[in-house]
Amino acid sequence: MSNIMTTQSPTSRMPLVAALEVLLPLRGDRIVVTTMGAAREWPKLSTHPLDFHYIPSAMGAAPALGLGLALAKPQREVLVLNGDGAMLMNLGSLVTIVAAGASNLTLITLDNGIYEVTGGQQTAAAAAARHAWVDFAGMARAAGFARVARFERWEDWQRGAAALLADPGPRFVVLAVEPVGAAYHLEAPGPLSERLPKFQAALAQI
Amino acid sequence: MDYPAKPVADLLVELGFSHVVWLPDSALGPWEAELDRPGTLELVRVCREGEAWALAAGLYLAGKRPLVMIQNTGLFESGDALRNFLFDLKLPLVAVIGYRSALVPGNNDSACKFTEPMLKAWGLDYVVIRSPDELPQMREHLRVSLAAGRPGVVLVAEGRM
Repeated sequence: MSNIMTTQSPTSRMPLVAALEVLLPLRGDRIVVTTMGAAREWPKLSTHPLDFHYIPSAMGAAPALGLGLALAKPQREVLVLNGDGAMLMNLGSLVTIVAAGASNLTLITLDNGIYEVTGGQQTAAAAAARHAWVDFAGMARAAGFARVARFERWEDWQRGAAALLADPGPRFVVLAVEPVGAAYHLEAPGPLSERLPKFQAALAQI
Repeated sequence: MDYPAKPVADLLVELGFSHVVWLPDSALGPWEAELDRPGTLELVRVCREGEAWALAAGLYLAGKRPLVMIQNTGLFESGDALRNFLFDLKLPLVAVIGYRSALVPGNNDSACKFTEPMLKAWGLDYVVIRSPDELPQMREHLRVSLAAGRPGVVLVAEGRM
């Protein structure tokens, strides 16, 4: 039985882009839903027709959006790249995903401890605010996720990612990532009115 | 007011719904077994109503026909998700929403008071059904909304506060 709260803050963090680059050769024909920081960086790395950059969003809704896709396309893997602040907004979605039995879903939480989009304020879960780190992985484990992992070092993530994604799902992964800082700027990669029909058309081909 | 489960489930099947994404209240709750009947609809349970719109959006984008089923209190809770998926993504999601206290004359239930003004503020096309005899109106409103490819809401009036 793991404690939900742990006093161990990350000893190491990986760059966000490097963390995402590990997924590039592994994504295969997965549907990929990005939001928050991942939605800023992933479009620079991938232009796959099954990528959906969920901007503008309802913050916290990406896991449920991905779950809907996973339930509709049970033969296809779905990867959701979420932020820690967004995860905090909808922790119940961990239970919803498990209850729905979506074994084809992977939810990755990119944890930098701050609301980067609004200028870098700490989340309620961040160390300075709580004097302890909220154990997202422990929450996912308690919710019943089939596979749960947390990575702080890029080398460990790179070494473990392929096997993790091959395990039965649903899967939950926390990646401790560095804040981008002042360079942060979230911009939609093109008009939604163009991106959404293309994504739907790609889904219809599955 | 008890609305019979089987006619509701039958009309949803008839309209081609694939999934009911729900967080029930006391009026909708008795429909659970019929909505979860194998081989017809798939019932997906959420923990918070905002998830329901998002989950239904994913189903819709991937070619399914979902129905959101929540209480009016959940309508208030899920405002940001509703805003995003119905107005930013412009998805024609439809919903059946329990209308708490609507059958209680002179009630002081704020959830009842603000429900219709809220739907009007969103510009959502809705009907209210007040008895099992009015289930055909539920069918017709959902049918028209689906055919028009626009969001639509059916309020199911309830007697409990």
